[in-house]
Amino acid sequence: MSILTADTLKPIAIGAVIFAALAFLPSLVDNYYMSLAISVASFAVLATAWSMFSGPTRYISLATVVFFGIGAYTVAVLGELMPFALVLVCAGLVGTVIALLVGFSTLRLAGVYFVIFTFGLTELVRQVVSWHEVNVTREMGRYVFLDITQNDIYWQLLALFAVLLLTGFILGRSRLGFALRIIGEDETVAKHCGIDVTRIKIALFVLSALFMTLTGAIMAPRWTYIDPVIAFNPMLSFQVVIMALLGGPRRLLGPLLGVIPLTLLFEVLTANFPNHFSILLGCVFMVIVYLLPNGVIGLYEKYRPPKKRSHTPNSTKSGETPA
Amino acid sequence: MFSYAVFSGITLGGMYALVAMGLTLQYGVSRIMNLAYGELVIVASFVAYILMTTLGINPIVGLLIIIPASFALNWIIYRILLTPLVARAKNRGMLEVDSILATFGLLFIVQGILLVWFGGNYYSYDFMNNAVDVFGAAIAANRLVALGFAVVIGLGFYLVLTRTRIGTALRAVAVDPTSARLVAIDVNFASCFAFALGGAMAAVGGVLVSMFLTFSTSMGVVFTMKALIVVIMGGVGNMLGALVAGLILGVAESLVATYVDPGLTIAITYVIFLLVLLIKPSGLFGRSSS
Repeated sequence: MSILTADTLKPIAIGAVIFAALAFLPSLVDNYYMSLAISVASFAVLATAWSMFSGPTRYISLATVVFFGIGAYTVAVLGELMPFALVLVCAGLVGTVIALLVGFSTLRLAGVYFVIFTFGLTELVRQVVSWHEVNVTREMGRYVFLDITQNDIYWQLLALFAVLLLTGFILGRSRLGFALRIIGEDETVAKHCGIDVTRIKIALFVLSALFMTLTGAIMAPRWTYIDPVIAFNPMLSFQVVIMALLGGPRRLLGPLLGVIPLTLLFEVLTANFPNHFSILLGCVFMVIVYLLPNGVIGLYEKYRPPKKRSHTPNSTKSGETPA
Repeated sequence: MFSYAVFSGITLGGMYALVAMGLTLQYGVSRIMNLAYGELVIVASFVAYILMTTLGINPIVGLLIIIPASFALNWIIYRILLTPLVARAKNRGMLEVDSILATFGLLFIVQGILLVWFGGNYYSYDFMNNAVDVFGAAIAANRLVALGFAVVIGLGFYLVLTRTRIGTALRAVAVDPTSARLVAIDVNFASCFAFALGGAMAAVGGVLVSMFLTFSTSMGVVFTMKALIVVIMGGVGNMLGALVAGLILGVAESLVATYVDPGLTIAITYVIFLLVLLIKPSGLFGRSSS
């Protein structure tokens, strides 16, 4: 199946126009809104990347911040040694290697092993990095002084998000994406169809981790100072899971629907209730898990009138509709 | 030094085994993957701390209050929070995903409440801190007491599961919830009871640990992690496996802390976990498929 047909060119063209328009945002708004836009963009990449793997496979990854933090730390270590583009490549490589290690050790087993492994991974990586900083470099915390402005960060994130959406779009129309949907529906069936289930899961996990790592690397110059506690804050993994679930992780643009309202909500909560942030976040999350198990998209699909399809009678439904 | 390291490893391992027994009950019988489990351990530690420092009730007596209270609390958690998920789930996989998400949310709520009340500092209290000579090593008496209680409670728990009617019912539900219903076992009640009993074990672990270790509000995740690793290593639902795996983990950690570096204990935990996953993911005593 060719990617470039009239059917696929239209959404790609619309997307290109929207992203081109968004690129002019810095000349329209002030610094406060720019920093909000950066938050939205970074969470948009993280939540979409998370959903790319966890949506179809239903393997809940609780380790988003591991890859994000690894990206940020790579920049902190290598930032002043080489040009930023090269640093991004290095960050991507490190993230890929670690994702491969995690994938190979857990993804051939049942999903719960993967969840448990990722659950503790943040703690492991944070303690190992702390240990390394204390015993080898003898300095806790690093400074990131790079000649990168807020607008640069915004444009980089925007570009990354565009690449991610394009990747997801192509994936959804490729053999790999089709195989992934079958795995999500029924793994046993997928195996019987001759799909190498483990390899596909690992490939997707690595791809999703790569985008998370790059987000961390791009965001690093924003902090100027990082230490293991800042870079590997488990709250971030939690926020990404909430956003993706609110939006609906089984559609490409689903997570975005969760990212925008929740980033604004986090902004309000951190400003007004800094000490109770974790409690409120937990409550918001519970509401989503109990009341919106399929996200906003799931709600929309449940109540919209049935769509008339004239030319594709055998079109597969990719979203899960509750019985 | 070696005998000290091994002994403190055994006390630590005994705690891990005790805490993991509760988790294996929750996961094996109630089918709830409880990521907030370690938070309940820490909550119990803080309750013991408050009882000791403000009311002067020593932790051993405190257990008499904390065990029933935690049993009741976990009963309520199951009835209010988890029953809707059990009713909604179409199969075991869905319940697993839903319970992971719900308890992940619960984790942040409990941790947030603890942080508001206690902040991020480390806490400890003084209880039976005099040294006792054991095989040439000076061991704090509180460690011995903790180990003794872990053995007694673990053994009592084992006897309840194997020798009583309700224990047999719990084991039947663990094997097959659908068939258990056919022999007139109230599966909902058994699940709820197992969840509450597991939570009470977590609380006992928390109280005993607080007698000889410093603890902080953010340690819950580490406890959950270690309990999960012990459960998997011992084989889900296997009490003897949990005991052996807990001891292995405790001793390995203690040896690494003594001879290599205390900052690397979590790394050795993960190395062991990785070995289990690569060599025998069904656990030391687990059957290869279920």
